[in-house]
Amino acid sequence: MAEILDQARTQVLGNGVGLDEAGVLAVLTLPDEQLPAALQLAHEVRMRWCGPEVEVEGIVSLKTGGCPEDCHFCSQSGLFASPVRSVWLDIPSLVEAAKQTAATGATEFCIVAAVRGPDARLMKQMREGVAAIKAEVDIQVAASLGMLTQEQVDELVDMGVHRYNHNLETCRSYFPNVVTTHSWEERWETLRMVRESGMEVCCGGILGLGETVEQRAEFAAQLAELDPHEVPLNFLNPRPGTPLGDQPVVEGRDALRAIAAFRLAMPRTILRYAGGREITLGDLGTRDGLLGGVNAVIVGNYLTTLGRSATDDLKLLEELKMPVKALSATL
Amino acid sequence: MTAEPPMTAEQAVTPTNTGPTVTPPWCDRCGEAADAGDHAACWAARELEPPRFCARCRRRMKVQVVPAGWSAVCVEHGERRG
Repeated sequence: MAEILDQARTQVLGNGVGLDEAGVLAVLTLPDEQLPAALQLAHEVRMRWCGPEVEVEGIVSLKTGGCPEDCHFCSQSGLFASPVRSVWLDIPSLVEAAKQTAATGATEFCIVAAVRGPDARLMKQMREGVAAIKAEVDIQVAASLGMLTQEQVDELVDMGVHRYNHNLETCRSYFPNVVTTHSWEERWETLRMVRESGMEVCCGGILGLGETVEQRAEFAAQLAELDPHEVPLNFLNPRPGTPLGDQPVVEGRDALRAIAAFRLAMPRTILRYAGGREITLGDLGTRDGLLGGVNAVIVGNYLTTLGRSATDDLKLLEELKMPVKALSATL
Repeated sequence: MTAEPPMTAEQAVTPTNTGPTVTPPWCDRCGEAADAGDHAACWAARELEPPRFCARCRRRMKVQVVPAGWSAVCVEHGERRG
């Protein structure tokens, strides 16, 4: 057994204290033959500090495309020659999407907009949309609308949005290579306001943006410092027309190492499989991740791409004897 | 998986599938000529992507993805769903 795994067994599994950046790096650089042991330990940590439940979420794009920001991985930036066109979802369709999500047993429905931050039109659409969902669908509503002002944070709380997603995307040192139209610190400031408001903080990122393994470890440590309720872990799905359109996808074993390492850095967080797992890991990888520290999934489609069918994911959870977290457990 | 198979000639004609049957001239993923070059990668990618271009006229479509499906609208040739 590698020394770092012995250390993690005592420190993380035994005491619930996450690994620091050096420890995460040690896990990320474990040889292949140690990967099963790392995943097993990460699974034990998840079971001990989070329990067997899996939180299921659906996401939908309220406003797609035409974003003024230049996040190099994103097909929704209006600054790249991406084929994604700008489109808005109407309220009845938004409610229908929430119903589809709830029908899977999901407790979370996240409304996402491709914007730098919300304007008055988007906030009005949100207010009407959240009210309509709450009137008709038994599900928790989360939001992801970019950078917020304090007034907008307060308004979202008033609407009943219980969790806010704002990904840091990558570590602080690499962020300027990925986004130039705003800073990592601006994102951090929104996260600070969200936390102080009482909303749950959802913050993760994307692996495979060209960052080094050391920067992956840096990112995990920075997320651990933020201590979010939820960390969505995406793997880059290179999108045509974006600056990262030709970036190679993360190798499956590296993705699994990252899952184990992020769990060992954050033993109590909700660690969610988000976009790109189908490309990076396929069906078998989904199972390995759920047995390696992941305790939440996005079911169904993503914002501009398609995912595994919700039925396949739910069948897998049943097979793994992992109960879907009930809505009553989230309130 | 909710992927849609590559568009058939019949589907490419109109939303109501009326009118003459034609071979789709354009790849609905990359927007390049369907009979030029190898589109195997496009077809493979379409397993996890909705179409982005109208296969009939090459216009970029307005595409909305929702948890259980997608719709793609060409201003000239109407809507496709998957």
